[in-house]
Amino acid sequence: MNIIKARQLVHEYIRRDEEGNVESIQTALNHVDIDVKEGQFIAILGHNGSGKSTFAKHINALLSPTEGSLWVDGKDVADEENILAVRQTAGMVFQNPDNQIIASVVEEDVGFGPENIGVPTETIWTRVADSLRSVGMLKYRNHSPNKLSGGQKQRVAIAGVMAMEPKCIVLDEPTAMLDPNGRKEVLRAVRELNQKKGITIILITHYMEEVVDADYVYVMDKGEVVMKGTPREIFSQVGKLKEHHLDVPQVTLLADILRQSGINVPLGVLTREELVEAIMRIAG
Amino acid sequence: MLRDITIGQYYPADSVIHKLDPRVKLFGTLIYVISLFCIKGVVGFVVATFFMAGMIALSKVPFKFMVKGLKPIMILMLITALFNLFLTPGDVLVSFWVLEITKEGVQNAVLMTIRLIYLILGTSVMTLTTTPNQLTDGLEKSLRPLNKIKVPVHAIAMMMSIALRFIPILIEETDKIMKAQMARGADFENGNMLKRIKNMIPLLVPLFVSAFRRADDLAMAMEARCYSGGAGRTKMKPLTYVKRDYIAYAVIIVYLLLSLLCGRI
Amino acid sequence: MSIIVDKVNYVYSAGTAYEIKALDDINLKIEDGEFIGIIGHTGSGKSTLIQHLNGLIKATSGSIYFHGQDIYDKKFDLRELRNRVGLVFQYPEHQLFETTIFDDVCFGPMNQGLDKNEAGLRAFEALRQVGIPEDLFYQSPFDLSGGQKRRVAIAGVLAMKPEVLILDEPTAGLDPGGRDEILDLITRMHRERGMTVILVSHSMEDVAKYVNRIIVMNQGRVMFDDVPKEVFKHYKELEAVGLAAPQVTYLMHELRDRGLNVDTDITTIAEARAAIMKAVLGGKH
Repeated sequence: MNIIKARQLVHEYIRRDEEGNVESIQTALNHVDIDVKEGQFIAILGHNGSGKSTFAKHINALLSPTEGSLWVDGKDVADEENILAVRQTAGMVFQNPDNQIIASVVEEDVGFGPENIGVPTETIWTRVADSLRSVGMLKYRNHSPNKLSGGQKQRVAIAGVMAMEPKCIVLDEPTAMLDPNGRKEVLRAVRELNQKKGITIILITHYMEEVVDADYVYVMDKGEVVMKGTPREIFSQVGKLKEHHLDVPQVTLLADILRQSGINVPLGVLTREELVEAIMRIAG
Repeated sequence: MLRDITIGQYYPADSVIHKLDPRVKLFGTLIYVISLFCIKGVVGFVVATFFMAGMIALSKVPFKFMVKGLKPIMILMLITALFNLFLTPGDVLVSFWVLEITKEGVQNAVLMTIRLIYLILGTSVMTLTTTPNQLTDGLEKSLRPLNKIKVPVHAIAMMMSIALRFIPILIEETDKIMKAQMARGADFENGNMLKRIKNMIPLLVPLFVSAFRRADDLAMAMEARCYSGGAGRTKMKPLTYVKRDYIAYAVIIVYLLLSLLCGRI
Repeated sequence: MSIIVDKVNYVYSAGTAYEIKALDDINLKIEDGEFIGIIGHTGSGKSTLIQHLNGLIKATSGSIYFHGQDIYDKKFDLRELRNRVGLVFQYPEHQLFETTIFDDVCFGPMNQGLDKNEAGLRAFEALRQVGIPEDLFYQSPFDLSGGQKRRVAIAGVLAMKPEVLILDEPTAGLDPGGRDEILDLITRMHRERGMTVILVSHSMEDVAKYVNRIIVMNQGRVMFDDVPKEVFKHYKELEAVGLAAPQVTYLMHELRDRGLNVDTDITTIAEARAAIMKAVLGGKH
């Protein structure tokens, strides 16, 4: 079953002047169709302003469609009555690690979501411990978030979502403000949740190297889905990716350049190992 | 300097004081503060000192760390002491020019300084051993009767806990923006009052912009986690009294009586 | 010579339980016209180091000389130093405060004591350098896109005409388009104006592509200080401290390990292409 189903989704940001007249209309999403199956790891790529974050906010019912529809686990997000259920089904992690941690102690922050949905006290405690364990942050449960690194803070934020027992987690550029180590930490945690707990992951990012492990990739530009396919299919179109202002990883770029120079490496090289294998085969 | 403020900071440790119900600590702090202003004699202060020293020892927070909290209010203490020293009428001890130091002035200055120091130390025992969330939980529950007269107790408590969480972040941010503007030649130290206030604009505007952006982000993050006010919420750490809390109440009452009895001596 | 850092130590919260040695015996010589990359993970002391270079942080011990003058000398004018050593902080757009872009860029020059006209000329020039179109000059900086805001903030420092430009992770949080704009701008400033540039970065790929000297910081110490090729030879040590050489460097090492005769001191895609072409085609002849 499709846990996320977007059909002809349109979102317009309307700016009005003081009298309430429409000053400008900016179409952030333009007839977007996206399907996500339960348990999948989906990546949505795009540069700033491509509409990818606007799409993410629809999944969590933080924004409502201007036209078209979006269903999360069969529930229409436009229906006011579904909002709480939708937010429980699809949790959301944001870009800035500081601005999404509410409490001054790690475990209390993770408990915040379950408190809001009225989970009984004892269950909150087991959920908090389980979620912190699942992102490897259990030993920091009594720490202040201010003393944690960026990667650790983001993992706490992920635990905070996990404690609400969602089926799906949407991560809106969770690594954009982190250093390389923090980025690795967060991605590892996300992959593990997907593989071990079967949580559907929707990762929104502009770093191409983060989507290598995804099951399926959507590329957005100017509010539209401009490319879709497996990472290999996407990575094999280096020219097109560059047109959409995406940053192709060095290995993929090198493979592409070698191909253009007449060395027959396969299309869509994803990892260093693959390229090494290919070159060794050719070199015989 | 901004980093030295310890008020509102939590010092994690495993102590009896940390484990006490925040309501007990709130009540205890209140009683302690009242007692400080009732005590006038040496014996009274000895009692207060023992009480406070006992609490600090039990809290397992290093004394050094607590003393750091006094630094930022040094100037305030100095001004208070000087005012008392020079402006209290009574038996003149020394006089020069138009200034007179009186016996009562010396007494008052010493008294006020001790009171202020004890006040800060005492309240920091509470803030250092209680997480802002526990504190606001304690306040929320203690003030719950006010709900009946339409005071939004939950909302106020939530605001307080968020404010406390963001104080250290905003302090750090202030430091950063200040340095960034200094790198562009800004001067925050020289000039007269008017000029100094004007010079603060490059600091204050970015700080407010950032605070609003954070508020916006946070509101969205809270909404995304199904926050919709106090109704229907459960508590991860509900407040329930256990034996040690009743004992603590007893200790506090004993202290109150003692300080009232000995206060004048 | 331009800047000499001599036996500099810096300790945070000295004398408390939280004492941290942020800089540990740093010795550096930075010549005029160099383009230097400083690399290190969070907490390695790189941000602390650059704030020493324009006197925002004072060393616990040791000295810093700017053009031969001790900056900790009582007679030395620190504000003059800040005019000549421009520092762009991380997320510099967070420091914008004026009602118009133009006025914001004028802030630095005005603080230098220039009159309105001259400051205006400086601002005009700096904004043109960073590629902000003229029709935006009198708009609020808060209405710009993230990448534009950052360029305006950098213009604010460029307008002070510093001799040395230090940037703390100037591309953090930007998308590839925004990042390339900033890096191209910095390279242009170095090439065309002969500015000394110090670039603090996390990205080995960026640094390898642009700079001609890399300083690697780890736990408050200088771990390596050399040309990129030499530094990346230590790719295993770099990895041990949570850093990494560019992807292509690893690739070349792996090819070599598998028996292909290629150079391994390679840091850019162009070099890698040439080396692989040579090895593969050469092998077939």
